[in-house]
Amino acid sequence: MADFEFPVDRTAILNFAAALGETNPIYWDEAHAKATPLGSVIAPPTFAVAAALWNPDAGLRGIRQIPKRSAPPAEKGAAREGRGGGGGSARLLHGEQRFEYHQPLRPGMRLSASIRPGRTWEKEGKRGGKLRFSETITELRDERGELVVTSTSVGIITEKAVEG
Amino acid sequence: MSTNPKLRAGELAVGASREQVVAENLSRTQIVMYAGASGDFNPIHHDEPFATGGAGYPSVFAHGMLTMGLTGRLLTDWLGDGVLRSFGVRFVRQVWPGDTLTATGTVTSVGADGQVGIELVTTNQRGEPVVAGEAVAQLPV
Repeated sequence: MADFEFPVDRTAILNFAAALGETNPIYWDEAHAKATPLGSVIAPPTFAVAAALWNPDAGLRGIRQIPKRSAPPAEKGAAREGRGGGGGSARLLHGEQRFEYHQPLRPGMRLSASIRPGRTWEKEGKRGGKLRFSETITELRDERGELVVTSTSVGIITEKAVEG
Repeated sequence: MSTNPKLRAGELAVGASREQVVAENLSRTQIVMYAGASGDFNPIHHDEPFATGGAGYPSVFAHGMLTMGLTGRLLTDWLGDGVLRSFGVRFVRQVWPGDTLTATGTVTSVGADGQVGIELVTTNQRGEPVVAGEAVAQLPV
């Protein structure tokens, strides 16, 4: 699937923490962070998903054209006029998400992201017809090749819209 | 690995729990902020005509990952920063604009090595679970 660099900076972490309504100073206040055993600002536990911003093959990209490979893969899903070619789909749901943490994710890290498919399976759903499940595994490693975060995402493709 | 724990494993007993309101009257603005910060611009999360038209939903709804991130606030506010070893959830129900979410964590195990297992559930204002999951934290003994 994809291998790309994910450079982490304080602004991206600030934006991400702000969107969660965070008040914890560890995500933005350097003076506070330096006085803790962590020694620096760190990212919130789910920040690894923001690697999508640097994934040249990412779907769901809205109007953004960069970064993108010169020969991009075909857009999937409901990319339509006026929707910015976002590659969005009403039938693709996020079923499960798991993170394994190996070390704190800090600003200044130049992470290497490696994305690979995991298991796939099918199930008959109660409300959404046939459900197709597929795992995507993303490894983020630091400059020395040490793991920082491993992310496992389970996507579900449904036959019809599912209401919660 | 450096951490900044808020408590020791010995201060937690199996069955101990904590809850926190992690979103009150969730706004479309917050959903849009999350789209920008995470890079997930699926129009189902911000484009009302798209969500209610062909897609057939009553309105836009929050990214599952926004709800997971909000649930993570319970863990870090309770246990500390950099202490998580794993964090996983299943998305069981959509979260809509106007929802108020309460995350609850319950201690399921306390290891002699300081590893603490937490069961998680986040519910909406009707008491319906929106995510369920589990986390493992490494705390000082």
